[in-house]
Amino acid sequence: MTTLWVLCEPKGSGVSTTSLELVSEARRLDGDVTAVTWGDHDVATELGRHGVSTLWHLGSFADQLPAAPVAAALAALLADQDIDGIVIPASYDGRDIAGRLSARMDRPVLTNVTGLLVDGGLVTEHPLFGGTMNARARVTSPGVAIIVVRPKSFAIEDRGAGAATVIPAPTVSSTVAVASIVHSSITERSGPALEDASIVVSGGRGLGEASAYALVEELAQLLGAAPGASRAIVDAGWVPYAYQVGQTGKTVKPTLYIACGISGATQHLVGMKGAQHIVAINTDKDAPIFAIADFGIVGDAKAILPQLIAALRARV
Amino acid sequence: MHVAVCVKQIPDPSVAPRLDASFHLERTAKILLDEADAYGVELALQLVESAGQGQVTLVSMGRDSDVTGIRGALAMGATSAIVVSDEGLRGADALTTAKVLASVLAELNADLVLAATESSDGYTGTVPAQIAELLGLPALTFATTVQVADSTVTVHRQTEDGFDEVRAPLPAVVTVTAGAVEPRYANFKGIMAAKSKTIEVRSLNDLGLSALAQAWGEEVVGVTPSPSRQAGTTIVDDGQAVSALVDYLDSIKVL
Ligand SMILES: Cc1cc2nc3c(=O)[nH]c(=O)nc-3n(C[C@H](O)[C@H](O)[C@H](O)COP(=O)(O)OP(=O)(O)OC[C@H]3O[C@@H](n4cnc5c(N)ncnc54)[C@H](O)[C@@H]3O)c2cc1C
Ligand SMILES: Nc1ncnc2c1ncn2[C@@H]1O[C@H](COP(=O)(O)O)[C@@H](O)[C@H]1O
Repeated sequence: MTTLWVLCEPKGSGVSTTSLELVSEARRLDGDVTAVTWGDHDVATELGRHGVSTLWHLGSFADQLPAAPVAAALAALLADQDIDGIVIPASYDGRDIAGRLSARMDRPVLTNVTGLLVDGGLVTEHPLFGGTMNARARVTSPGVAIIVVRPKSFAIEDRGAGAATVIPAPTVSSTVAVASIVHSSITERSGPALEDASIVVSGGRGLGEASAYALVEELAQLLGAAPGASRAIVDAGWVPYAYQVGQTGKTVKPTLYIACGISGATQHLVGMKGAQHIVAINTDKDAPIFAIADFGIVGDAKAILPQLIAALRARV
Repeated sequence: MHVAVCVKQIPDPSVAPRLDASFHLERTAKILLDEADAYGVELALQLVESAGQGQVTLVSMGRDSDVTGIRGALAMGATSAIVVSDEGLRGADALTTAKVLASVLAELNADLVLAATESSDGYTGTVPAQIAELLGLPALTFATTVQVADSTVTVHRQTEDGFDEVRAPLPAVVTVTAGAVEPRYANFKGIMAAKSKTIEVRSLNDLGLSALAQAWGEEVVGVTPSPSRQAGTTIVDDGQAVSALVDYLDSIKVL
């Protein structure tokens, strides 16, 4: 029997989507799921429904970066537990918590995990080189494995179960100076959220100039899609970071992904290659994106997008 | 103001990476400074310049046989460098790396420690948080802007849908994203000056950390090709591509 705990990250008034993915997978690997969370909202019902029976609550930690206090409380809690591993969402805070937890418990951390299996012990799967290769790893020293899992690695299952039993964890004071959140700013964006959209239209450096991104937005609007971007044009300041798809951006798994002027670097591919259908428009017939595209057009995105927009408009 | 910057030298990312028989990245490509770390070096230089005085110390773990990348950062204007190099660290995991870097940083006692959000080759993204925990410091991660005033550091921290303004007292660890600042090019004077700057090389033994050699608790048990996606149809645009594309979109029922 493999015992996995899940760290569930608060988001809005619930927990993050990745947290629910991890709960669902832990439930598949191990009948009885224990989760750990923090924050000010009651998430026992939501987590219970997805299969969590016991929920440890670490504290509020409002208006500060949670990594240091969460890691301190979690390390103390885990010290008394005989479990195989704790899985943590690969988010900004998740990564920081995992790092601090690893240092505090003197345990290795396995990152960029996209699969878990039990094979004489817990084994993690990691995509390499844009997902063309798959590495398997395991923790060799006895003790808790700290595992950081990428979003969209597992399907969410609603089990319709009752609320989890909440247990407050012992308070532990972190000796690290508080990193306070003074102010939060949200970038407004139109259309569906990138990570949930069933169609994503993304633009890259091949669009040539910032103003050409309007074509991507127009097509996205017509298709009810979310506009996305490669890092090249985020770094260039054409679009906000919240649009970025890839290793350091969002992971998307839409029905359809349309890549316009994107080369298909490995760091971009890991964020979108789970799409069911991939369309690519690129002037270079050897661009790596064509190797994973279901429908590719070797051509100028700036010429094709307006034609496509016109053709779609003509249909309605 | 004393700023320490963690910088990593990595094999040229434009050369397709390979794994050797023991699943280590094969390091045959030319060794360069990780581009992700150039932002930290630039930011450190700007912070020291605006403070009016201070120094920028580079801290790196890796082989010392080629330090071209470190020299490049010294040529940008960093003051000196400490490189920890030891055969016992080949293939080291993130925690071991963090322990090594933290031991050098503890001794430096800098006001601010900078690193990148993730390295281009290892990309665990956990080393800076591990360092912060080992040193008992706050960590402001994913910073897109960084300001220091009155012994306080304030950053804009990237979030999933915008940014948070986050503040902590110094000393602190800050990780910077690509694009936070525009790294300068080393000029001729900088390149000449870098030739005489100190790169101090230390071993695990020098740091009193011999016990860390080859002692990490994780291993890669296998690497296999993933079931790869089959490439589908690719057509060359002859003016008719859009109607073929519309047909395709119809066929997958998204219109
Ligand atoms: C640690 C790390 C993390 C990273 N994380 C990410 C990430 O999360 N997401 C990400 O996207 N990248 C990421 N990158 C960057 C990645 O390596 C690439 O640099 C980036 O994806 C390239 O963006 P691009 O395809 O838009 O630009 P380019 O690679 O410059 O490609 C532009 C493409 O447009 C084509 N083109 C040119 N003109 C036209 C035209 N008129 N019409 C159509 N096509 C045209 C060209 O043939 C070319 O293929 C990361 C890199 C590192 C090192
Ligand atoms: N061997 C190393 N030497 C110096 N700095 C490092 C090393 N490994 C990681 N770092 C720093 O930590 C950041 C994150 O690395 P990683 O956790 O490997 O993604 C890097 O971008 C560097 O700034």
